[in-house]
Amino acid sequence: MRRLSAGLAMVAMLVLIGSASAGTLDDVKAKGFIQVGVNGELFGFGKPDEKGVWRGLDVDTARAIAAAVFGDAEKVKYTPLTAVTRFTALQSGEVDVLCRNATRILTRETSLGLNFAQVNYYDGQGFLVPKSLGVKSAKELNGAAVCVLPGTTTELNVADYFRSTGMQMKPVVIENTSELAKAFFAGRCDCLTSDVSQLAGTRAVAPNPDDYVILPEVISKEPLAPAVRHGDDQWYDIVNFSVLAMIEAEELGITSQNVDEMLKSADPKVQRFLGVSPGNGKSLGLDEKYAYHVVKLVGNYGEVFERNVGKDTPLKMDRGLNALWTNGGLMYSPPFK
Amino acid sequence: MQTVDTGATRTPLLNDPAKRSLIYQVGVLLAVGALAYYLVSNTLDNLERQAIATGFGFLEKESAFEIGESLIAYSAADSYARALWVGVLNTLKVSFVGILLTVLLGTLIGIARLSTNWLVSRIAAIYIEVFQDIPILLQLFFWYAFFYEMLPAPRQALNPVAGLFLCNRGLIFAVPAEHPDWGWAGWAFLAACGAVYLLRRWALQRLFKTGKTVPLFWIAVGLLSGLPLLAWLLGGAPTAMDVPELRGFNFQGGVSVSPEFAALLLGLVLYTAAFVAEIVRAGIQSVNRGQTEAAKSIGLKPGQVLSLVVLPQALRVIIPPLTSQMLNLTKNSSLAVAIGYPDFVSVANTTINQTGQAIEGVALIMAVYLCLSLLTSALMNWYNKKMALVER
Repeated sequence: MRRLSAGLAMVAMLVLIGSASAGTLDDVKAKGFIQVGVNGELFGFGKPDEKGVWRGLDVDTARAIAAAVFGDAEKVKYTPLTAVTRFTALQSGEVDVLCRNATRILTRETSLGLNFAQVNYYDGQGFLVPKSLGVKSAKELNGAAVCVLPGTTTELNVADYFRSTGMQMKPVVIENTSELAKAFFAGRCDCLTSDVSQLAGTRAVAPNPDDYVILPEVISKEPLAPAVRHGDDQWYDIVNFSVLAMIEAEELGITSQNVDEMLKSADPKVQRFLGVSPGNGKSLGLDEKYAYHVVKLVGNYGEVFERNVGKDTPLKMDRGLNALWTNGGLMYSPPFK
Repeated sequence: MQTVDTGATRTPLLNDPAKRSLIYQVGVLLAVGALAYYLVSNTLDNLERQAIATGFGFLEKESAFEIGESLIAYSAADSYARALWVGVLNTLKVSFVGILLTVLLGTLIGIARLSTNWLVSRIAAIYIEVFQDIPILLQLFFWYAFFYEMLPAPRQALNPVAGLFLCNRGLIFAVPAEHPDWGWAGWAFLAACGAVYLLRRWALQRLFKTGKTVPLFWIAVGLLSGLPLLAWLLGGAPTAMDVPELRGFNFQGGVSVSPEFAALLLGLVLYTAAFVAEIVRAGIQSVNRGQTEAAKSIGLKPGQVLSLVVLPQALRVIIPPLTSQMLNLTKNSSLAVAIGYPDFVSVANTTINQTGQAIEGVALIMAVYLCLSLLTSALMNWYNKKMALVER
């Protein structure tokens, strides 16, 4: 029903909203906070902790944008969205930016009218199975009942994978992430398929996490990135360079701990980055010290990664593809000048 | 119409009721038209500004997603149109079976509610109160969780009788293996139905002419079971069965009823039957007691009192609200999305999300439910007319 109402909401929005609106940056500044669409149920990416404080990689991405715009990382309001409602909410203007582990793909940029900014997590789709099933490879999953979220790239990838390997599958499609996980843990499906990071997050909240194993096959590319609406280039640049600022900071060796000392650095790259030598901020329409605020209040990409999904968290993810390019990963920022 | 123009009695335009109402109606029409124009043009503007594609062209594209259960052959290589059709058929399947079972169960409970047996009527009353008062969505979650939590995994499936398995993947049972003879038996059954219908007409005519009754019930049972049996025997009496077998993770072969379908059907039937029971009770109580007494006094048996005197009159009261319950059941079946049954709304929503064509998708959803509802209403109205009091 929620999905239907989301569809109706979108129709209502498209039918009723006035045509021209001011730039998103002006709107955001006028209301004093950024409305961000987040997952709400995904541990490690976007979920409130026991005290009700929002935590996760996507949440920190949103906080970085707020730090860049306001110099205050807490000026964010969160809207939890399901996989099915997320793009509708963004298109209709209900949220200013979507930080909800959404995969960047061609048709979402074109027919959905969205722009994806810098990737904040390079993911891939995998399979989570109970150890008791005795399966060692995804190639042994012929005839399996597969739990999958609707409206995701995952739903398409898994159909592609079983088709291309000539195997049969029976999808069990439930919209609500926790309901889906419950059905999987109760044995309704033989495997749960999703992005590997999500599988790790789901396994972390299993009744007995050690009973489940993620299969080695990664069957797709899932570059997860924040998204904005088409047609507001300035806002797109701000979101993009907020994420890039975290990556560049890590490369420059700037952390939330040492950022104040780095203000005194003689390195012109660091000076330009932190706004000591001005130019970058103004060209984005932001404070000259916006990158300083991002690093000071949220941290560099490495810090954010380790805090939310890294080795010491229940997700225990390796940096892998998400390491800096200098360490063999894909995280690479264009120069800040 | 003749206008009298005497000059002295000419009424002002707004004081003439006919002209006044005409002016108001034209005004309202213009306002509605202008609003519609504004909404449509604004929508198209917004769509264009956001660079969202429009039109129904997406229906022919490859859907690229799988659907859990389908009445027709379907794979991810088929088009969105076929995927949506699979969804429509799934909605029809659960609605059709659901309506049949609901009417049956609701009537039984409605009659039980009026039973002179204290225990029976109390149990019926409790049933009605409990199922009427719990939101349908919660009931669906309950039944779905009941199926997947309570039942064992496929490898430990319950096997109460040979060829029937019960596990958290559903109810899987053996069916006769394909053989042309089964088709002939099906035709024989249809022929038997036709024969029974004609026989009933003849028996009624005979009853009115001569007052003699025919043991129609037993003849019907004999025909309906005998003719297919005969066809089956003549065709060589094939006995091969398609027995489900555990291969890999799941059962292959046989016919399976998924937990999603079972949970949705059970939830809808139990919920709606509570309302139908109240409608049936009210309908029966609306028939004057004198009718029952009169029927008894001319020597009709209790079953005949119900079927010949009370029900035909009660049905006139029962049918209109019953129709609206049928429509409710059909519409409530869209709650399937919550428990993963791939009904039309579920498939349409996935389509909307994968293509981004929300307006077209929602329009399709509304059109399909409108058609289903109008069709149900038309059928029930026809039946209602047939049952209505014929005034002579």
